[in-house]
Amino acid sequence: MGDGRTRFSRRGLLLGGAAAGAGAAGGALAHRWAAEPAPAPGVPALNGTLTVPFHGARQAGVETPPQAHGTFVALDLEPRTGPDGVRRLMRLLSDDAARMSRGEPALADTEPELAEVPARLTTTFGFGRGLVERVDAAAVPDWLRPLPDFDHDRLDPAWGEADLLLQVCADDPVTVSHAVRMMLKDTRSFARVRWTQTGFRRAHGSQAGGTTMRNLMGQVDGTVNPAPGTGDFDRLVWGGGGPGWMEGGTSLVLRRIATHLDAWDELDRPAREAVIGRRMDNGAPLTGTEEHDEADLEATDGSGLAVIADFAHIRRARTDDPDQRIFRRGYNYDHRDSGGQDAGLLFASYQADPLRQFVPLQRRLDELDLLNEWVTAVGSAVFAVPPGCEEGGYVGQALFGG
Amino acid sequence: MDRVRTTRTAWTASLLCLGLTLTACGETAPGEESSASADREADTAATAADSFSVTAPWVKAVTAEEGMTGVFGELVNGSGGEITLVSASYDAAGAVELHESTTEGVDSTMREKEGGFTIPAGGSRLLAPGADHIMLMDLAEDLEPGAEAAVTVEFSDGSTAEFTAAVKDYAGADEEYEGGHGEEHEESPDGEQEDSPSGEHEGHGGH
Repeated sequence: MGDGRTRFSRRGLLLGGAAAGAGAAGGALAHRWAAEPAPAPGVPALNGTLTVPFHGARQAGVETPPQAHGTFVALDLEPRTGPDGVRRLMRLLSDDAARMSRGEPALADTEPELAEVPARLTTTFGFGRGLVERVDAAAVPDWLRPLPDFDHDRLDPAWGEADLLLQVCADDPVTVSHAVRMMLKDTRSFARVRWTQTGFRRAHGSQAGGTTMRNLMGQVDGTVNPAPGTGDFDRLVWGGGGPGWMEGGTSLVLRRIATHLDAWDELDRPAREAVIGRRMDNGAPLTGTEEHDEADLEATDGSGLAVIADFAHIRRARTDDPDQRIFRRGYNYDHRDSGGQDAGLLFASYQADPLRQFVPLQRRLDELDLLNEWVTAVGSAVFAVPPGCEEGGYVGQALFGG
Repeated sequence: MDRVRTTRTAWTASLLCLGLTLTACGETAPGEESSASADREADTAATAADSFSVTAPWVKAVTAEEGMTGVFGELVNGSGGEITLVSASYDAAGAVELHESTTEGVDSTMREKEGGFTIPAGGSRLLAPGADHIMLMDLAEDLEPGAEAAVTVEFSDGSTAEFTAAVKDYAGADEEYEGGHGEEHEESPDGEQEDSPSGEHEGHGGH
């Protein structure tokens, strides 16, 4: 947004050489804000210096290996915010996100030093139905609406559908806090915050990269997940299913799933394993020994009963239709300031089409999944995650006709 | 507003010529004449504008009713010699000044920067809230968050450059102006003397 785009009215054209020289000088200055690389060879770079590019064909924060901290902020547009307002808002937010992803302050950042530790900061924008309708009612994907009702849901509108989502993730909680505040300052003229959901995983570096997360029930959670960079993933997550402006985008279903930990405490380990169909220690299916062993749903024990019970979570979650799978990138939550009674999972599910992928899966779980005794969805929202943007562009640009 | 922009008294122009740099002061109003002389220079030597760029330019969002705002960013000089930014202009501003700010306690006061903004050779100068800035005054239209503002700056050699500043919501940059400018420019009945109550702040382009 504006940087280095200096025009010299003198000759009425861009002076290539001068612009290049000036650009180099600007780059040197910009570097002042960037985190310093590790100076000595053999010394690993500080975690805080690591960056994830904001610009690209697809938005960051989906394929990005999950950072330790994630905050989801949903906003509703003010009634006065028209299509041009939405466009200006997305220009501001995209510029903020791009700068901060590099470890540079956003424009007009009042705490620029807090931006110096990018720690793999990503900002992922999602559009709710209300935002798309505000810009172009004909451009709303058919799946961009509340999910159908599920019997076990106890949805609180306080965590419900909203117009705009900011998913902000980094390996440092101060980085997330600052990035969220910086961007929210730029939303004030256009929108108001509907809800904020903050989650966490294991701290960066505590475990080997690629370790499947555990939820606060102690379960290895997310073993069966498409792998980013594979054709499978591209088809399931980026495979289209929306209007043209969503080409290269995906959808996010964010479910706030409360876990009833005190009741879960009443279950002994064998019962817990039966509920899930997996071992608690390493997440292996009860028919296997290693986490990633394929579950054998046909296996029976000596008395002829299924080893993985009919009510087991992994049996219910399983599909024979390879197109009905989703990609999970969840975060734990708890309210540590209130004694830990309120805890659960921010179940962030990405898929090309929620109606074809998420809904059939959730329907099977809703109908029969013993785990429902200890978990309850209390929030649900669906967002269109537009494609990424290039330098100088902004997320959602195609929705605005260019 | 166009009339306001271009109406300047000889007194104003000469005062500003003294206050800024004499080399850039012509005998006539700015514009085509100034550009023409700059074009002649361009044939012989690199100009200040050639070596100028801005890093992270932005302007505080305001309404036309609020009337005035600041432009910020890092002015960069890529050349081996010092350059001096002597004036600036913005289409929808009745007047544009170069300001410096002083802070006593928590109260900031801004005033015109004598001599313009010098930018050292190969160096930069930061324009920031509470410090140096380009002041847009008598705004004819809102500067809305997320919009872009094209600002033109002129150097002591007469060369000019234009850059685009992003408009941002910002809580600060609320310095008191010594001259109280911006309050007195509400419509005068006949529209002819709009610039006279604060004429001492007008005429940056008159040098």
